[in-house]
This record gives sequence, structure tokens and C-alpha cells, in this order.
Amino acid sequence: MAQARDGLAKGDFTSVELTQAHIAALEASRELNAFVTETPEQALEAAKASDARRVSSNSGGGEAGSMEGLPIAIKDLFCTEGVLTTASSHILDGFTPQYESTVTANLWRAGAVMLGKTNLDEFAMGSATVTSYYGPTVNPWRRSGDDKKLVPGGSSGGSAAVVAARAALGATGTDTGGSIRQPASFCGIVGIKPTYGRCSRWGIVAFASSLDQAGPMTRTVRDGAIMLGAMAGHDARDSTSADREVPDFEAALEKGVKGLKVGIPEEYQMKGMSPELLALWDQGKAWLTAAGAEMVPVSLPHTKYALPTYYIVAPAEASSNLARYDGVRYGLREEGETLQEMYENTRGEGFGAEVTRRVLIGTYVLSAGYYDAYYLKAQKLRTLISRDFREAFDKVDVLLTPTAPSPAFAIGEKMDDPIAMYLNDVFTVPASLAGLPAASIPAGLSGDGLPLGLQLIARPFDEETMFRAARAVEDAAAFDAEPTLMAGDGS
Amino acid sequence: MPLDKATVARIATLARIRVPEEELESLAAEMDKIIGWVEQLDEVTTDDVPPMASVVDVELPWRDDEVTDGDCRDKVLANAPEKVEGFFAVSKVLE
Repeated sequence: MAQARDGLAKGDFTSVELTQAHIAALEASRELNAFVTETPEQALEAAKASDARRVSSNSGGGEAGSMEGLPIAIKDLFCTEGVLTTASSHILDGFTPQYESTVTANLWRAGAVMLGKTNLDEFAMGSATVTSYYGPTVNPWRRSGDDKKLVPGGSSGGSAAVVAARAALGATGTDTGGSIRQPASFCGIVGIKPTYGRCSRWGIVAFASSLDQAGPMTRTVRDGAIMLGAMAGHDARDSTSADREVPDFEAALEKGVKGLKVGIPEEYQMKGMSPELLALWDQGKAWLTAAGAEMVPVSLPHTKYALPTYYIVAPAEASSNLARYDGVRYGLREEGETLQEMYENTRGEGFGAEVTRRVLIGTYVLSAGYYDAYYLKAQKLRTLISRDFREAFDKVDVLLTPTAPSPAFAIGEKMDDPIAMYLNDVFTVPASLAGLPAASIPAGLSGDGLPLGLQLIARPFDEETMFRAARAVEDAAAFDAEPTLMAGDGS
Repeated sequence: MPLDKATVARIATLARIRVPEEELESLAAEMDKIIGWVEQLDEVTTDDVPPMASVVDVELPWRDDEVTDGDCRDKVLANAPEKVEGFFAVSKVLE
């Protein structure tokens, strides 16, 4: 993305040319099923307008936006005015928002071009992009010597696949328990979840309001810094959005990590962890040490309770947020003899199995007689988990952990047991519960030739430190492996 | 206490989601497993711990009580499955 930005600025090519190349790449990679809706005409219109703006700005008519002319993809969880928005659910059939989400409005104002809406797990519930009403998305990576289709991770699997396949320069994702970071790890790209409140949630289909955060998915750390800078900012329409200046994230990148204290949480070294993942983690420590940082062992004692805490809190919030899908005002409507029957039939027909499971779990833990035992208890654990991080950050500046417990697995695996699927998020969920900024950087390959990511977690609103460390890891890792299916040429 | 078919049926009614009879058993088994797994939180003593509702340690912001939006009925109705004379239309509510 940074290279494209420079090329456009120098006049090496136009946004129309760049966009056309990406539209061709999108068409060539349709077998990935990464898009729910493609918007090539809209993209070309926007590219033309961007080129016109650039001409006028070159002759003194104001500055080009930070994302001027750059073709990106948007997770189909962001409301895009006039463009079908489905959350990959049957229940939002035909839903065409009459307004633009704040984050995407920010991106268009910065000059970006929309290629289309990417596939996701239904209502962002999942870690493999296999629960979408529109079918699973396929990871552009394959295991060496094996042509089994693999998952791209989830829930932002479509966005991850598109960026990895070079069919877009970047894509937006959302992260509630790991839905940006884990697919980034599975697809060998950079995925950033900013501090809770850094980006506005207005216009994003809500899953769990105290956890959801929008973030960029890109090929490099620099691209992520550019894109996050465009996405972030206070929004009066989101009362949880932070009233804080957006720092120049790109400027922080080359500050290096000399003297930085990097925490290694001992509880993230889990029983049964693969030797290659442990080796990669050790490699990450070595890289940062060589760059001048100091590794410091820390303890986050309540780590093991983070996943079960999340699987009470998130479904509870989801049961409340998804109550609005009732067939009355938008989307699918299944008739019934009474209003109650209409609600039940619409929701029974419209929600997939995972969404149904989570809404029911959420309803259960909030119901009379169970609220204290489950939901209130989980909220208390959330306090303890956040406290663990705060205390660790008294001693260190950033934490280094693996992103996911495994590389990408095959489509169809882990389907028998919901908990097996939930365990994909074991390293990402704690930072979500504490609202901390966290990024996944592609750091190496598994024995099967699949990408493995390392995660960096920083203090609230200290994305700059996270970016500095991420850049150092990226630089040392020199990850240049390419997926089996690449539609674009990596312009 | 195990999550049984009857409980799942009751919760499904609360959540206004129709679950076919033949799926209640397997759904109950899955949910029972998940609830059993989350119950490990009981291992932690939390008597003096305040519950965390939000990571944002701020009060809800206030704004002036002025109308700053609205007057866009057609947009509001644009996605309606059924509309009549400027209203959302549904089947009869009262008997």
C-alpha cells in the first residue's frame, strides 16, 4: 500500500489503472469465495474521482488524502450506503443501508476506493469463516504437497484472504475476540486491533458492544499504520469512542525498540503447544533482543479464565444486540399467524447454527436466577484479567506472544465440538477483554509451509509502542513467503 | 444442573428463536457442554472484586437536548419487508 501510495503520488500510474488491476485480481481469485458483494463500477468511479482530485491537488487545490486512490476491501459488517450489507447472514437478506459507517466514511474521505464487501463468519461469530450464509472462504495458502482447502481464520476471513491473495491493498476487519489477528496469522498478513474506543463502532453491525473494534488488515506494518490513521478518530455518535487525537502512527514506525521492555507472559506457554510455535516465539524474543529490547518474564495469572469469561460476556451482549433482527424493519421476514410466531420463524430461519447457539447461551446467562452465577461472575473475572495486564505494564512496555495455537486447518475440521473452535482464540481473547491494542505480524512458516504469526500487545492508546515493536519484528522476520494462490502481482 | 431439552425450549422462547423439536436434544447437549466449560470461573474467588461493565473508564458523555437528526422517513422505511402509508406493516398484534 505504501508503495502504491508513492507510485500514485509520482504519477507512475493512476488510481484507475491500479483499481483495474485489482478488479482483475478479484475476478481471478473468485474461487476463494472471499467477497459477498463486488463493487467494480463503484470502484472505478471512485478511482476516476480520486485521479481528478490528485490533478487538482497537484496544481495547488489542496492535499491528497492519506489513502488517496488506494483500492481496499470492506468486511461485510460495515454499513456501506447503497451497497448490500449482510453480516454474512440470511436474516439481513437485501439489507441496503441508508447511511455510511463512520470508519468507512473516514476511509472514503481519505480518498480510498472500495472493491467490495468481504465474507465473514455470520455476525462475526466464529474463527474460521465457515459459518457464513454465503459459504466458507478459502485460504489462499495450502499445505505443502496437499491440496486440501484450508480456512482463512475468522471472523474476518474474507478480508484476510483478499489481502493475502493481493486482490486488495488492504481491508477492514473487526476484532471482538481475535477476529482480525487470528485470520491475519492464518493468512500471513498484518492484522491490527486498536485500543477499544480508538475507532468508532457507529454503523458497524454490532456483535458484542464492549469488545468490538474495527481495524486494518494489510501486508505490511507500515500499511497498517497508514490505514489505521485514516480509520481512527473520535465520533460523537459512538459514546464509547475515545475523545483523543489520533497520533501519526507512521511516524512512530522507525523509532526502534532500544531500551524497550518486552514482557513474556508465562501463562501463554500452554500445555501441548507445538514445538515449532515455541521455537517461533523464542525466535521473536531473539529478534527483539538483537534490536536492543530487554525480555522480561511476567505473569498474567488469570489467563486461563479469559476464554470462558469471553464465552459468557460476548454471547450475552450478542443476545441483546441481535434482538433487533425480528423481520419487522429490514431483512428476512418469515410469516407467522401471530407477531410472536413471525419473530420466532424469522429468527429460526434467519440465524445459522453458531449464531443461534450463542444467542441462546447469552439469553441463558442473563436470565433470572442465572445472571449472578454467570454474567456477573464473568464481569468480575474481566476486572481481574484487566488488572493482570495493568500490573504487567508497570514492569514492561509491550508483550510478545504467539497469535494462534496452530496454523490454518482444513475446512471441515473442528466442527464436531464448538469448544475446539473457541480454543483458536486462546491468545487473542485476553487483550480483547482488557481493551488493549494488539497486532499480529507474520513471523514464520510451519513445517507444512503455512504462516504463523506473533502478537504484540501494548498499553491502552499506546499503539505507537505496538507499531514500533511490530516493525522491528517484521524487519527481522523478513517474511516474504507467498501463498499458493496469488491473484495480484503485488504491485 | 444439566441443560435439558425443556430448558433449551424455554430459552428459545425467551430469545424468540424457533428451534425445531428434533434439534432440541443436540442443541441441549452442546449448550450443556459450553456451560459446563464456562463454570470453571467458580474456581476464582471474586468476593471483593467489582464487576467490569466496560473497559472505558469514562462517564457517558452528555449533549444538548436538541434535535439534530431525523425527518428521513423514506430512508427509515427503505428496507421494510412491508410498509403501509408510511408505517412498518406486520400481522395483527392484538386479538
